Amino acid sequence: MGEDLLREALEENKLFVEKLLAKPQPGSAGPTGTWRTYRPVVNEGKCIKCGLCWLYCPEEAIEWSPGGLPKIDYRFCKGCGVCVQECPVKAIDFVYEGE
Amino acid sequence: MPVPIAKLAQVKRKGVVPGNPACMGCPHTLGLKILGKVLGDRAVLVVPAGCTSIIAGVYPRAGINMPVLHVPFASAGAVASGIAAAYDMIGRDGVVVVWSGDGGAADIGFATLSGAAIRNENILVIVSDNEAYMNTGIQASGTTSWRARTTTTPIYGKTEEKKDLALLMLLHRVPYVATASVGYPTDFAEKLENAAAIRGFRFIHLLSPCPPGWRFDADKTAHVAKLAVETGAWILWEYINGRFRISPMSRPYADPRRRKPIEEYLRLQGRFSHVKPEDVEFIKRRIEENWRLVKELEAFYRG
Ligand code: SF4
Ligand code: SF4
Repeated sequence: MGEDLLREALEENKLFVEKLLAKPQPGSAGPTGTWRTYRPVVNEGKCIKCGLCWLYCPEEAIEWSPGGLPKIDYRFCKGCGVCVQECPVKAIDFVYEGE
Repeated sequence: MPVPIAKLAQVKRKGVVPGNPACMGCPHTLGLKILGKVLGDRAVLVVPAGCTSIIAGVYPRAGINMPVLHVPFASAGAVASGIAAAYDMIGRDGVVVVWSGDGGAADIGFATLSGAAIRNENILVIVSDNEAYMNTGIQASGTTSWRARTTTTPIYGKTEEKKDLALLMLLHRVPYVATASVGYPTDFAEKLENAAAIRGFRFIHLLSPCPPGWRFDADKTAHVAKLAVETGAWILWEYINGRFRISPMSRPYADPRRRKPIEEYLRLQGRFSHVKPEDVEFIKRRIEENWRLVKELEAFYRG
């Protein structure tokens, strides 16, 4: 009975659900990579693949799978430097974007 | 046990969508990301006015990959109670989460929050506490720390003390209350798991240091959040099923000699740049008092 009620409500509010609800989409504030003054660059030789940079990136701009190297999505990385600060072996360089 | 990083990383779904409007180094997105990893497929968020209202998005796009209901400041506890009742009616297995700032919970929304707690509504309330009304321009709130400078306490800093929201909620005699810090995401994740496994009113007070509001560099968000714990200023604990426990990450700092000097925590934050040595002494005394209280609670609620 509950699911029927729900379906009915969704049907009645079709326009609202389809058109008026905001949908998750990358770059809701634009290409936030342009905010960066400094670019975090992983030094793959130094990285011990611990995943802490992945854990702490507030933007979810780092992809990482256990055992692998982290990969930063520069389209959206805001250059906050949290990953640089939290890396336990200082394997992320913070490079001035102008250079 | 804190949730291992590898386990969290297995969840590919993102709760926070990259490229959202949050500031650089935002603690809320850090917290929301962990919420997304643990409960992303089951949570529906009720968000009263605050930073997260902005982060959730600029129509037609959304920055949070969970259903979000934006509600007026004072109403979050009441709206969430309604959703929980509706979920029960239609037989849905979901977690109704109030994701609120400190203003929405400790000040303006406290009445409906307290009401929902007293009725033991089946909701999980997470207060991401950045200790002021940040998105409107850093006005002091009930949870702003004593002596912290804000735009409404610009000279001496705040003259009133921080409201201890988690202890207030504990005394509502609800089944689950905990404190957490964005400096320890794996501990926060464990608390989310524990809270989600219980029925009734659950409350997590998450300390969320804010770079522009506390005036520290954006790369120090997690560092400051950890220092708060390492100096003993923020105590991680969990009350669950009648048992109160100081969390493993805070346990060492029960001994004052193992704490880092509080000056190290204060010095990093521009909002405390004016504090005098006698203020620091007062802060130290308060920290010690808080620890005594928490230890007493642990002894009292042995479970
Ligand atoms: S600089 Fe900030 S946003 Fe960019 S990858 Fe590092 S933590 Fe994420
Ligand atoms: S924190 Fe440093 S060592 Fe760990 S995965 Fe990231 S770059 Fe590698």
